[in-house]
Amino acid sequence: MGNNTAEFLISLGRGCADMSGCEHLIDLVNVDKVFGQTTVLNNINLYIRRNEFLTLLGPSGCGKTTTLRIIGGFEYPTQGDVIFEGKSILKLPPYRRHVNTVFQKYALFPNMNVAENIAFGLKIKKMSGSVISEKVEAMLKLVNLSGYGKRSVASLSGGQQQRVAIARALVNEPRVLLLDEPLGALDLQLRKEMQIELKNMQRKLGITFIYVTHDQEEALTMSDTVAVMNAGEVQQIGSPEDIYNEPRNAFVANFIGESNILDGRMREDYRVEFADRLFNCVDKGFRDNEPVDVVIRPEDIKIVPASEELLFGTVRNVIFKGVHYEMLIEGAGYLWKAQSTVMSETGCRVGMDIAPDLIHVMRKSEYSVNNETDRADEIGGDMFIRPRRGIYAARVAN
Amino acid sequence: MAVMRSAEGQRARMAAPYLLWAFIFIIVPIILIIYYSLTIETDSGPVFSWSNYARAFEPTYLSVMWRSVLLALICTIICVLAGYPVAYIMASKEYSSKGFLLFLFLVPMWMNFLLRTYSWIAILENNGVINTILKAIGLPALKLLYVDQAVVLGMVYNFLPFMILPIYTVLRKMDQNLIEAAQDLGADNRLVFINLILPLSMPGVISGVTMVFMPAVTTFIISSLLGGGQYMLIGNLIERQFLKVSDWHFGSAVSVIIIALVIVSTSVFSIADKDSEGGALF
Repeated sequence: MGNNTAEFLISLGRGCADMSGCEHLIDLVNVDKVFGQTTVLNNINLYIRRNEFLTLLGPSGCGKTTTLRIIGGFEYPTQGDVIFEGKSILKLPPYRRHVNTVFQKYALFPNMNVAENIAFGLKIKKMSGSVISEKVEAMLKLVNLSGYGKRSVASLSGGQQQRVAIARALVNEPRVLLLDEPLGALDLQLRKEMQIELKNMQRKLGITFIYVTHDQEEALTMSDTVAVMNAGEVQQIGSPEDIYNEPRNAFVANFIGESNILDGRMREDYRVEFADRLFNCVDKGFRDNEPVDVVIRPEDIKIVPASEELLFGTVRNVIFKGVHYEMLIEGAGYLWKAQSTVMSETGCRVGMDIAPDLIHVMRKSEYSVNNETDRADEIGGDMFIRPRRGIYAARVAN
Repeated sequence: MAVMRSAEGQRARMAAPYLLWAFIFIIVPIILIIYYSLTIETDSGPVFSWSNYARAFEPTYLSVMWRSVLLALICTIICVLAGYPVAYIMASKEYSSKGFLLFLFLVPMWMNFLLRTYSWIAILENNGVINTILKAIGLPALKLLYVDQAVVLGMVYNFLPFMILPIYTVLRKMDQNLIEAAQDLGADNRLVFINLILPLSMPGVISGVTMVFMPAVTTFIISSLLGGGQYMLIGNLIERQFLKVSDWHFGSAVSVIIIALVIVSTSVFSIADKDSEGGALF
């Protein structure tokens, strides 16, 4: 792995002081994957630390499952290398790798019962019958399925099948467990329970998990590290907090939670201009007057009485969301999304206060919002305006 | 409820022609065959008798039945051993998209069954293709026609597609995720095949075996063309009783025995099929 790659990774925000925690278990180096004419992965550089819970997060078709399949050995990269503990494993077939996979559709063997499914890997390794049954029992207990060993897999519910699939992989004590959207088919309640169970299992067993999902909430809940992917590239990698609080570009800001994304200009270090005003911020290192994207989370906008010193606008729409009210506010040429626990009437004028450390400045990227398409006057006056999916702060005609 | 009932009534009315058809062309003939098999012709008309069955179990006829079953079994085993690899290769990723191999195996089926079997005579007879070649290169001629091997060859040639197709269908439908899961759990290609592909393809093998064994055990055209005029299998025996000796009573008794044989062997196959589902082959 070249120096460039190392620098690149650190620049993505995963520097670490503690050397032991820094130990790379798996490195993907310059991995490309092309299917026919389609580039599915474009120069992926990614490392996974020992005992880490890493999530590959992205919309469907972003290449996250392909990345997982390359680690599992089911796909061969067009270019690049996969390093496991310092050695390339590209030449190893799936059955020789120290990883096990929980498949999206479980892929339980229909010709075997629950216990035989779990025992499969151990039987292949020719362990003795008594050791196998002991381990299988322990696994059934771990996944809360004691007494289900003799049942046929077809008689189990989705959640139970899911747990058998996890047990079947974990019983082999893999160094790394790969999980491909394992909770996708479960209902919300069960999914939330399984998220916590999986996280607990991972801590207890000390196994590295690589988890693929398109559900950003799931990723934030479970992961130590999240790698946000889109169009075959890693957009950002970091802790859930980093990803949420310091999105690197408009795609990440949008995909992780809701955001107001505004056109801005960096006047100088710590000074950014947007919505025709100058704000203090905590960002630096941009060229003077560099065009930037400014991200403001809806919950970071503090609703205060309107005044000329502050951003202000007119409340256009209010929705009760349980914990808070969600408001669309038209002002300063944009439609803002804001959250507040205090209700404001539609039509009333409010001020919007944004603390300097809650203003996130990002370099312009291919994902920058083309505000032209979101101009409110093209959509229709000052009525309720639905901007492009998930993107708020659409510019409103003056 | 009333709507449902009338819909059901309509369905029952629609089924009536088929039930009538089944009654006239399946139930009635079977009853007639059983009737003939249990009667003999006397001067005062037909009377009840077990003697047709007693005659069928005489050593002469038992050996004919035994030979039929044996040749059909040999044919079925050869079809499994030859057909499975073909089906496996056709179902593999490299060939499945092309379908050309499958096409090649289906082409002979478009030709008339008799024609296909006659063509083997032209190949195997004393002055046939093979012996002409043997003579041309100075080797002695072989007796290839009118022997057991020729009959088995004819059976395998004609019935092999019935073995390949059901196995191919099962293998094509097999979930690739299952194979990947087995590989993931440490199974190399051999172990994946033994533990997963083979047991999961057993339903295809069973239906292939049924579809080959049944026509093979009852064939009379293949055996009379490739086995010669005096060659006797159950099929030839029945044909002879009905068409040449005109002893419908004895012919019916042999037919009933063969139906019983087929029913017993199919149920043995289907029990074997159920056993394999429980993972007994692991």
